[in-house]
Amino acid sequence: MASSNTPVKTDPETIMLEIKTHLRERAGDNAIIGPDTNITRDLGLDSLAIMDFIFDLEDSFDISIPMERIAEVQTLSDLTKTIAVLQKEAA
Amino acid sequence: MSSIFDKFAPLQEQHTALTALGRSPDQLQFEDIISPTEAMLNGKRTILMGTNNYLGMTFDEGAVNAAIEALKTQGTGTTGSRIANGSYNGHKALEEELAVFYGMRSAILFSTGYQANLGAIAALAGRDDYLLIDADSHASIYDACRLSDAQVIRFRHNDPVNLERKLKRLEGTSGSKLIVVESIYSMLGDMVPLKEFVEIKKKYGAYLLIDEAHSLGVLGQKGRGLCEREGVEGDIDFITGTFSKSIGTVGGFLVSNLPGLGIVRFVSRPYMFTASPPPSVVASARKTLAKIAGATDLRKKLWDNATQLYTGLQQAGFELGPTISPIVAIRLSDPEKAIGLWNGLLDAGVYTNLALPPATPFGWYLLRSSISAAHTTEQIALAIEVCTRIGRELGLITLSNSKRADKTAQQGNGAAQLNGDLQTRPCATSETESAVTPTTDDPAARV
Ligand SMILES: Cc1ncc(COP(=O)(O)O)c(C=O)c1O
Repeated sequence: MASSNTPVKTDPETIMLEIKTHLRERAGDNAIIGPDTNITRDLGLDSLAIMDFIFDLEDSFDISIPMERIAEVQTLSDLTKTIAVLQKEAA
Repeated sequence: MSSIFDKFAPLQEQHTALTALGRSPDQLQFEDIISPTEAMLNGKRTILMGTNNYLGMTFDEGAVNAAIEALKTQGTGTTGSRIANGSYNGHKALEEELAVFYGMRSAILFSTGYQANLGAIAALAGRDDYLLIDADSHASIYDACRLSDAQVIRFRHNDPVNLERKLKRLEGTSGSKLIVVESIYSMLGDMVPLKEFVEIKKKYGAYLLIDEAHSLGVLGQKGRGLCEREGVEGDIDFITGTFSKSIGTVGGFLVSNLPGLGIVRFVSRPYMFTASPPPSVVASARKTLAKIAGATDLRKKLWDNATQLYTGLQQAGFELGPTISPIVAIRLSDPEKAIGLWNGLLDAGVYTNLALPPATPFGWYLLRSSISAAHTTEQIALAIEVCTRIGRELGLITLSNSKRADKTAQQGNGAAQLNGDLQTRPCATSETESAVTPTTDDPAARV
């Protein structure tokens, strides 16, 4: 159900790349960001920054990420999976 | 040996920093309450500028006498829930009076405003439903979401475009969609763009619940709040509110024009499993509620006072919330200076609230004050004077920086992180630049 002007990014690699871009904007160029990076603990981001990051992801992927789904996420790879699932559900 | 309290170490650290100058908001103890605007604090006569006592009703003679009478005739408490123990006459009467006041079909009384949000929202939004909440929602709304079985989707603060995008994605799903907003947001005093939200809720067939906690008695010709002022009462599905602010006592409510509201009593745990409000509280709430519609002069005085405080602080050079409202918050980024200002004001006999991240937008430290119709012009002038003097001493403002509009929205950098997980946030950030740009539109138009 993605809107026509939004590129559909369904493969995990593209999703992860996009997440990394958004994380880097907030955590800085020197941050080490990999699949096992714990988003809340490893990057020095506070809860406000993280909420804003989630809003940006929702816009990028044209999905809504319910709070209970966010609660399950710890690492970058968790988040990638969650987004992939939500994209499939929306399609 | 580890302790069950170990996990609170960061919080403890933050609290210790807060008490560096000897005081913390949670430890203040007023020895004597002199009036709605004055109390004795450590032997010092102190002006109260942070009590949410918008109409100064806490010492209203009629309300006090009604409470005394109810105490004498009906006792100190109900000792149980209405589901288990039945209702007192006052409970039913107050519900009927609330429904008449709002011109709606029915009302349900709760023991507090917190429980009204918890009980209403968690009951209304069930397993297959969707809750759409503002990112800056009050803790009671966030907690309601945890109690609800619905899917919870947040939208950016006061952002109709972001909300619409989210509703659009839900098109074709079968569950009910309940949008939750607040009339006046309690930290900065900014208001929801209600007409735009009403258009969206109609377009997508969603329900709209508005928490009028800070606007009952404060907005609208008859004091019914933002819905009245905006002329959209016919399009609002649910209103929640509290007696703990303009009504000057304690208690909460849910009102609605939808038939069938009564069933909420049997599915709402914060209604069923807690004691009902005591008769004295109900009696004073009824007395005060009866005065709200006619309290036009008090509302005018309240807004005149709010304007005096807001413009006075703005001219001194402080950065404030986006609009004049009875909640006036000074935005600060340096915790030590925020604590210094709060303490300095207390030393000078002015009590305000100190609000800290993450309960504040943008991770700001807020010196929050709430104004009352009962404040005198002299009290407010004194508060502005003291605030300006201490603000200069702390280097927060200079003689030359009056009316500086800071456009940089700080992304909460340096905000204390009390919650490690991604989900829990009692309150959060708004993204729109306009939300932090001061405007001084005619306050009279807001009443
Ligand atoms: C927006 C909002 N809703 C609800 C409440 C809860 O009200 P009460 O004090 O009656 O529990 C408050 C007050 O803290 C509030 O600011």
